[in-house]
Amino acid sequence: MRDAMRQDHRPLLLKNARLIDPSRGRDETGDLLMADGVIRDSGRGLGRPDGAETIDCAGKVVAPGLIDMRAFVGEPGASHRETFASASQAAAAGGITTIVCQPDTSPVIDNSATVDFVLRRARDTAIVNIHPMAALTKGLRGEEMTEFGLLKAAGAVAFTDAARSLMNTQVMRRALTYARDFDALIVHHTEDPHLVGDGVMNEGELASRLGLMGIPAAAETIVLERDMRLVALTRGRYHAASITSTDSLEVLGRAREAGLAVSASASINHLALNENDIGPYRTFLKLTPPLRTEDDRAALVAAVASGLVDVIMSDHNPQDVETKRLPFAEAEPGAVGLETMLPAGLRLVASGEIDLIALLRAMSTRPAELLGLEGGTLRNGAPADLVVIDLDTPWVLDPLQLRSQCQNTPFDEARFTGRAVRTIVGGRTVHEIL
Amino acid sequence: MASAPTSSFVLSQRHLLGIEGLSPADITGLLDLAEEYVELNRQVDKKRSNLRGRTQINLFFEASTRTQSSFEIAGKRLGADVMNMSVASSSIRKGETLLDTAITLNAMHPDILVVRHKASGAVELLARKVDGSVINAGDGAHEHPTQALLDALTIRRNKGRIEGLTVAICGDVLHSRVARSNILLLNAMGARVRVVAPSTLLPPGIERMGVEVARNMREGLDNADIVMMLRLQRERMDGSFVPSSGEYFEFFGLDQQKLGYAKADALVMHPGPMNRGVEIDSLVADGAQSLIREQVEMGVAVRMAVLEALARNLPNA
Repeated sequence: MRDAMRQDHRPLLLKNARLIDPSRGRDETGDLLMADGVIRDSGRGLGRPDGAETIDCAGKVVAPGLIDMRAFVGEPGASHRETFASASQAAAAGGITTIVCQPDTSPVIDNSATVDFVLRRARDTAIVNIHPMAALTKGLRGEEMTEFGLLKAAGAVAFTDAARSLMNTQVMRRALTYARDFDALIVHHTEDPHLVGDGVMNEGELASRLGLMGIPAAAETIVLERDMRLVALTRGRYHAASITSTDSLEVLGRAREAGLAVSASASINHLALNENDIGPYRTFLKLTPPLRTEDDRAALVAAVASGLVDVIMSDHNPQDVETKRLPFAEAEPGAVGLETMLPAGLRLVASGEIDLIALLRAMSTRPAELLGLEGGTLRNGAPADLVVIDLDTPWVLDPLQLRSQCQNTPFDEARFTGRAVRTIVGGRTVHEIL
Repeated sequence: MASAPTSSFVLSQRHLLGIEGLSPADITGLLDLAEEYVELNRQVDKKRSNLRGRTQINLFFEASTRTQSSFEIAGKRLGADVMNMSVASSSIRKGETLLDTAITLNAMHPDILVVRHKASGAVELLARKVDGSVINAGDGAHEHPTQALLDALTIRRNKGRIEGLTVAICGDVLHSRVARSNILLLNAMGARVRVVAPSTLLPPGIERMGVEVARNMREGLDNADIVMMLRLQRERMDGSFVPSSGEYFEFFGLDQQKLGYAKADALVMHPGPMNRGVEIDSLVADGAQSLIREQVEMGVAVRMAVLEALARNLPNA
């Protein structure tokens, strides 16, 4: 599949599209020309260069390819759950042109040799761009920080202990301090494991009725609040990996006002679903952190719309049947999301909760800026990583049609309107619905 | 020879997975049918043939003595072939074999599966994979419907009614499926339900399940007609939820003095097995106001009623 990543040198002209460029706040009708893997020009009435292929995009949106800031891919060590090949096929089908994979693999991505392995493996088998986050601490053990400098040089775009929270405040303080010298971004899952305890879903009436132990929103807020103090102390660059509650938004807002270099992500699951969707113990909706209330969900969407929450990510977490078809408390958390992030986001646009440009900003421009990646823009000279979106066609999600190796989608049989109809990476079409 | 039950009540569902989903008419229908079996069970010839030819499997993933034997006797008295499968939780790797077990057993065409599992929702999960009727004999902290039904029958026989009574449910409500099923049933039947426990043993949001909440026994038992005690597991009284069994008994254990806060004719219940001296004093447990032994008796009758009502729904019935 090496060919897949080779840039296509033949010029490609997308005509009559609704060009949305969140990096410049533009939403206008026009054409976009790419060649040699980069965007050459955009605007009204572009001429067709010799040899250029032309695609009429009338009625469709052309936007920067989506950048998914948090996805678990099973390589190395769990290729039965997902490979770079399968993850990238799923991503392409979902309009995602860059996956940021997580380091909680086996072995853990905590040294530059493993980063190198990931990048080579991705180059050889993936049809979209892959960038790894490296572990924040060696072996994700929460004790010693990893080699931020060497890892960053090898290609790690940020540092995280994935779904684990670093509870040793001294280690966290040193990591934030040291990372500053390398302009490294610390991405942290904020969930106090002691408060989580035996909890398996959001604490409250519903958990009590189902007889399931709850996880209070404070488990998240306490760690986030602590981290804000450490960021103020160290002036490090910090990103909350997945926030879910109204209280966390308030903490985040105060930190922003204080001028701290703090950003945050929310998963598409927490923006599109709430705890009631768990219904009769649906394990595909068992997530870490857990789905919260409808009030939390609505506040989270509003925070993305206002820019307080920077990024929407898929939190793609493939789980096979053996780990999901269990009683709720015993099932593994996690849901696949690469193929449904955009369609589920478009639902929020259709319901008037968020503008399309704000949605696309959170799925492309902001992650690119935070991670220092090219892309997330339609500017001339940027990589020709693009998505063509049909906003109007209804469709129903059939889990068996998913490209991911696992079918643990919370959107089983869901009705959507709109999806990616063409995904372009480096000027080459990697996904197309005719 | 015992006479055939006169009640022709049929449960309008294939499984009994919880009290949730039962209407007051369903509950009354089951209790009326059970009432007839109480009389039968007191006769010399207790054997009936309503379930002849039917196979009942008691599948217990969690250890149980009284519930399992109660279901076994109930099935046998109705003429079913009863098989007990106790899957010690240590010998299987958690719920991993739950669905495999379900599929395997289903291939043997059991008509009724009685299932207990330590995880909430596990019985419902299993019920989706089998063709016969499933009875929930307790799933995690979720529901234990036959316990609530037998408690209701016990109350109705002693007080003549359920509606309008004040029932205090005391103890580890957080981990209790008995409490949840009882709250649902008693509310459906028009009782006034109060839960009494230290705050660490109360589920968050419990007040939205239609109960009053009290955090001490004087307030909680005030004017109560029924005092229902819950078992407190040993591992939860070592400082994790309450500081010690001694402190727990001092403030929440039911003794004669605390029982005095309730109505003079209040009756005491406990689903068993009891921790004497922890949640209940022996004098109260064995005293004149105690219904604990009668609960066990009603257990068999209620389970016969449930088996019968579900069997009437089975194909070729």
